[in-house]
Amino acid sequence: MGITPNPYKTTGFLGWIDDRFPLTKLWKDHLAEYYAPKNFNFWYFFGSLALLVLVNQLLTGIWLVMHYKPDATQAWDSVEYIMRDVPWGDTLRYLHSTGASAFFIVVYLHMYRGILYGSHRKPRELIWLFGCLIFLCLMAEAFCGYVLPWGNMSYWGAKVIINLFGTIPFVGPDLVVWIQGDYVPSDATLNRLFSLHVIALPFVLVGLVVAHIIALHEVGSNNPDGIEIKKHKDPKTGIPLDGIPFHPYYTVKDIVGVSVFLIIFLGIVFLAPDGGGYFLEQPNFTPANPLSTPPHITPAWYFGSFYAMLRATPSFAGTQIWGVIVMFGAVILLFLMPWLDRSPVKSIRYKGPIFKIALAIFTVSFVLLNYYGMQPPSPMGKLISQVGTILYYLFFLLMPFYTKMEKTKPVPERVTHEAH
Amino acid sequence: MKRIKSSIQILLAAATLLVAGQAFASEGVDLPYRFKPDPDNQASVQRGARNFMNYCSACHSMRNLRYNRLGQDLGIPDDMLKADLMFTSDKISDHIISAMPGDEADAWFGKAPPDLTVESRYRGPDWIYNYLLTFYVDPKRPLGTNNIVLPNASMPDVLWELQGLQVLKESAAEGEDKEAEHGEPQFELATKGKLSPEEYKQFVADTTNFMVYAGEPGRAHRLAVGKKVLLFLLVFTVLAYLMKREWWKDVH
Repeated sequence: MGITPNPYKTTGFLGWIDDRFPLTKLWKDHLAEYYAPKNFNFWYFFGSLALLVLVNQLLTGIWLVMHYKPDATQAWDSVEYIMRDVPWGDTLRYLHSTGASAFFIVVYLHMYRGILYGSHRKPRELIWLFGCLIFLCLMAEAFCGYVLPWGNMSYWGAKVIINLFGTIPFVGPDLVVWIQGDYVPSDATLNRLFSLHVIALPFVLVGLVVAHIIALHEVGSNNPDGIEIKKHKDPKTGIPLDGIPFHPYYTVKDIVGVSVFLIIFLGIVFLAPDGGGYFLEQPNFTPANPLSTPPHITPAWYFGSFYAMLRATPSFAGTQIWGVIVMFGAVILLFLMPWLDRSPVKSIRYKGPIFKIALAIFTVSFVLLNYYGMQPPSPMGKLISQVGTILYYLFFLLMPFYTKMEKTKPVPERVTHEAH
Repeated sequence: MKRIKSSIQILLAAATLLVAGQAFASEGVDLPYRFKPDPDNQASVQRGARNFMNYCSACHSMRNLRYNRLGQDLGIPDDMLKADLMFTSDKISDHIISAMPGDEADAWFGKAPPDLTVESRYRGPDWIYNYLLTFYVDPKRPLGTNNIVLPNASMPDVLWELQGLQVLKESAAEGEDKEAEHGEPQFELATKGKLSPEEYKQFVADTTNFMVYAGEPGRAHRLAVGKKVLLFLLVFTVLAYLMKREWWKDVH
């Protein structure tokens, strides 16, 4: 079947465009006639908010690059130059640095929503996989960006993370030198991380986001009931009975979400941009110094859980690679979610108590891991991190069993929705 | 509605965790004196600038701060800036660079005096305040003084003329019950300085306030803009909500 140009038979100037480019079709397919379930709740704000934060990062990033110098001798001063001499430079920088943290908050909540309502289940496996790739890409992007101000924590953070590759048998040490372009993190390292941060990774990130949304609009959105609205269509129009056009209904709703989000986000940007020392860390307010290790090297808060898993895993057989495997494995497990979850229902609303308990344990473990990942090493922290790591893994590895064996509640035919 | 409530509860719990984490994070060196910075007090920051230029800038740079920015922000006219605050440069658009040659300073002190532009954001204002108050006589050190919050600091007690020389009290010197004396002065003034202890504390507070200003000269502007932005958003949110409610009347 070929493409029919201008299927909506528009005329005039719009018709001229539609004969050559599917403008009206795109508008209708993705907004005006994209039918989303009418029962979205609070959790469904975070997808559009993630898009908002992405745009914020791209725009502020473009302007920051106009003034930043990716040079080990000038990077630090160029950031302070942006903070002081560039008109609105401090606002740009705080929007970008707070945006990084906001991105992870929003994305974590967005992913959690997926787990709550089974958004990873058939037929949305590819949406979920694209999402996991976005998360992985975001982690790499955040790491590279964190290094750019070339503060002391930037430097030592880079050293720790790049040295993870050094644990790979045989090629590890050479690989580290190859990645760094030097024997220690240096100007060469800063330059390549800059290239990745402003070109390669954003390019991939935006491409994945487009794929994520195309896949979503192909199969349609899930909803808090975890039922397919396409099962009940109006026989005449073919429109899902429980669906409403994304525009205007969800655009006007998301505008409310955006403005509430902006109150919190811009409140932090303008009133407390350090974010209590979590969004901009005190130890990073001194320039990179290869001779002075910070008292304790902590990752940015959003890597806390994964860093805790790295530290909690003991080394054996003469190598520390196990920690690296456990840490990356924790992300890889997310990719497998669509096939690990074997419950007959999607949404937590109709699952039994075992899933709810498992999810609660997982949530507490993740928060505790995150907390202890940011603390200096301690025996107590290590023990809790070890238990937390095991519980994190068990949530996923036991999922095929506990989701299948437990009794679920009957799922309604139509979505539950109380009109306001 | 019930779900919104539970979501809010989750967010509140997360916020509580964040605040608790912050309380943990701020623990560290035991700082004997409490200090609340006040960079909005322009007179204090002006006095602090004078103190910094007279007592600190010979060795410490603020290489990211320009003289004229400081003048504009603190309401100091250019001629006064040149006459009273600029000792190492004549161009008001210059950065504040010390007279200390870097390489030789390394040899003289073991470590060149650090740049202090963002020191207040690195160490924290309370740390700076305590640092400048807790130099004491210690004959074991090459320059004869030591410091409580930065033990074996290579910086000499350059403000001794103003503060006088203080010695650690016996019990504290022996390291007994340091915790028990938390919050109380552990020192005895051996030689009086030009300033009374109260005047000296004010001197240090002014200097610290100036350093807080220097750490982020755009702070006042940021806060002023922020209030307007939030005010706008509060109004906008109400309008956005009313618009949403109007549209959603059709959804049953």
